[in-house]
Amino acid sequence: MNATAALERFDNHWSYAEEVEVLTFDLNGETFALEAAIVQEILDLLPETAVPGSQPFVASVINFRGKVIPLADLRLAFGMEAAEATIDSRFIVIEIDLQGEPTLVGLRTDKVNEVTTLAKTSSEAPPSVGMRWRADYINCLVKRGGEFIILPNLQAIFSSRHDAAGAVT
Amino acid sequence: MSTLDPVAVFRMEAAECLEAIEAGLLDLTHQLDDKDLVDAVFRGLHTLKGSGAMFGFEALAAFTHHCETAFDRVRKGEVGATSELVAAVLAAQDHMRALVDQPDADHGDTGHKLLAQLQAAVGAKAAAPATATAAVAAPVQEASAKKAKNGWRIRFRLPANSMANGTNPLGLLDELRDLGECTVRADTSAIPPLDELTPTELYISWDVTLMSEQDRSAIDDVFIFVLDDMELSVEEIDGAAAAMAALVEAKPAPAAAASVSSPPVPVVPVQEFRPVEAVPVKREAPAAIQAKAAENVRVPAERLDELMDRVGELVIAQSRLSQLASASTDIALRSVSEEIERLSGELRDTMMVLRMVPVATLFSRFRRLVHDLARETGKAIELVMEGESTEVDKTVIERLADPLVHLVRNSIDHGLEVPADRLAAGKAKAGTITLSARQAGGEVIISIKDDGRGINRERVRAKAESSGLIHPGQPLSDPELLQLIFAPGFSTAAAITNLSGRGVGMDVVKKTVEELRGAIDIVSMPGQGSEVSLRIPLTLAIIDGLLVRVGSGRYVIPLAAVEECLELSLEEDLRSRGRSFISLRDSLVPFLRLRDLFRTGTKPDVHQKVVVISTGTERVGLVVDQIIGDHQTVIKSMSKLHNDVATFSGATILGDGSVALILDIGHLVAAGQQQEAQLRAAG
Repeated sequence: MNATAALERFDNHWSYAEEVEVLTFDLNGETFALEAAIVQEILDLLPETAVPGSQPFVASVINFRGKVIPLADLRLAFGMEAAEATIDSRFIVIEIDLQGEPTLVGLRTDKVNEVTTLAKTSSEAPPSVGMRWRADYINCLVKRGGEFIILPNLQAIFSSRHDAAGAVT
Repeated sequence: MSTLDPVAVFRMEAAECLEAIEAGLLDLTHQLDDKDLVDAVFRGLHTLKGSGAMFGFEALAAFTHHCETAFDRVRKGEVGATSELVAAVLAAQDHMRALVDQPDADHGDTGHKLLAQLQAAVGAKAAAPATATAAVAAPVQEASAKKAKNGWRIRFRLPANSMANGTNPLGLLDELRDLGECTVRADTSAIPPLDELTPTELYISWDVTLMSEQDRSAIDDVFIFVLDDMELSVEEIDGAAAAMAALVEAKPAPAAAASVSSPPVPVVPVQEFRPVEAVPVKREAPAAIQAKAAENVRVPAERLDELMDRVGELVIAQSRLSQLASASTDIALRSVSEEIERLSGELRDTMMVLRMVPVATLFSRFRRLVHDLARETGKAIELVMEGESTEVDKTVIERLADPLVHLVRNSIDHGLEVPADRLAAGKAKAGTITLSARQAGGEVIISIKDDGRGINRERVRAKAESSGLIHPGQPLSDPELLQLIFAPGFSTAAAITNLSGRGVGMDVVKKTVEELRGAIDIVSMPGQGSEVSLRIPLTLAIIDGLLVRVGSGRYVIPLAAVEECLELSLEEDLRSRGRSFISLRDSLVPFLRLRDLFRTGTKPDVHQKVVVISTGTERVGLVVDQIIGDHQTVIKSMSKLHNDVATFSGATILGDGSVALILDIGHLVAAGQQQEAQLRAAG
């Protein structure tokens, strides 16, 4: 991953508007943001069903309004440690395009914060060095107050083949 | 829910209409004198024309009009229905389908050719027998060649409601002006007093003097889409009044009259310098819209899915209500809860069969294919259909249509012999193609059987060797050899021409069936015919499942695959450590410990159970912690993110709202066999 490619992706993301409306949430002490347009619903925790043999970061499914949808843990995609749910934990259900098909996916979060607007002018492409996580999993960073908000690149995360540990047979 | 594009709605309607027309025509080939069928076909054509014009499919409307005219003559008894006519309209019907699908593409030549055939078929009966197209066309050319010396006098009145249907009389006048110099006089005598006037109605008629050298057909073209319901009279102002009688038939001469033959136009003796009083044309009102239309409603599959999800939610909410009610002492609450329980159960049952459609809808289209292929190949074919009432999920039906066409075509092209060869082989002259469907457990089996020559193994082998699929002389079992025809490299141009096998596009057939998680079996007896069977699971439908618990997770095993359930006693469990098979009535059955497979990390229950599953030929035992019981299961597919998990074929939602995964039997049996093979290799 070089800086040019990252910058290009970053430009694509913002190309259509000067600002973007996002939903922010916390994960492992970091603040992340998702475009509000793709968010379908915020759910209280639901019973999960483990899918043996699946990639660890999508290790379970939930019943979302009669549909069986995968539940993803971005923590694991970014290589953070898995953590227990807290009283503030919620699932965010989003709709993303996977191989040309709109797909509902649930995301674990530690806490859902707010819907807010982020400006293009205060966003930056992820630095090519000094990052704890894979740079291609991040669209951009947006500075707000003293902190950075991370906009993950969901397409890259969900379309890549994660190291499938615990595969069955 | 998004609203539907009107054009898409028209296309659905048109497809239905065309299907009805086709079915009518095919029935008509057997009973040419059935008046009801003629009426049905006419009505279908009329509806198609009308709605086509309404939605802007003008080429379709114009083309269909000619077929309708032909059938109108049959209906009025002017000509008899002939097999030529039916064949011509069948062919024309395909063209209409193309016009519906691609209204903007250039279909000119096909259309003209088809109309020529059609006119030959109708004209042949009306005029001299067996008239060649050219002969019929000649008088038309002659007639249309006669041009007015000076101009035309045109009087027309549109139906009062025509503006509500989207017709703009000003547009018609503009078109007339395009033909030449016009003097337009409006007849306003029919306009009622203001207080009786309905603003959307049309009261005006027009009298137009058109000074032009254009021939009649140009004028008819202007009115082509409204011709049926309007009053129109056209007279020549000066010069020869010719071919006026043609007007009586209200036959809109097509734009390309030279290449399109029409029914022979009676040539009226020329009466010079005396305008002929034209007969106003009043067509009968459009036939009543097909009464049957209301019996079926077309619903996009996704709406049904949505409804299914909602019903699923309702059932879950209801079960929560039941729990609350049972803990309550409020009698009224309990009775309401019971009532809702009953209702939601009924609703779920109704919902589950809603997506199922009988295979007949799929099979019916093969009548046409076989009819056409019999004509094309000169083979006598009898089509037998069995089990048409077997119900399959609508999506499956749609996905199977193309593969089945392929298979039927192959059976006829390559399987069936020509009549002479059949007689020589001591068979009946007509070959038989049998399409059958039946349900077997959680699968539906659709098979295509012919009594032809069977698959020529030597040719299949030669072809596979020459294309490098197998090594020369490589030993293969018969089923393996037959499976070669599904190999992607097998279908080549050579395979089509020398009829070496059934390789044409079979890889596509196989792919489609596999996408539906089905399988294909071939049985072929040299000299006696072949049978290709597609085994398709009833996806999205209900399956009966056996709900089991492994660790803390619950899983569904399709009941159709379950042979028996045994207890795995503690001693047996200990004894079987190190070897993973049990002895079941003297045969060795390998088993899989699902707890290990799923890495539950829990301790086994004291009384573990073995569920013996079978794919028909192979058996494998699955060790589970607990058998919970029967469970009716609505299969939900898993998302693409779990595509790599082959152990499960889908998921289902249990009564308490939690999700249980459905085990993929084929995959587990294969895994069991692999384990067995490893054990054997290890000694």
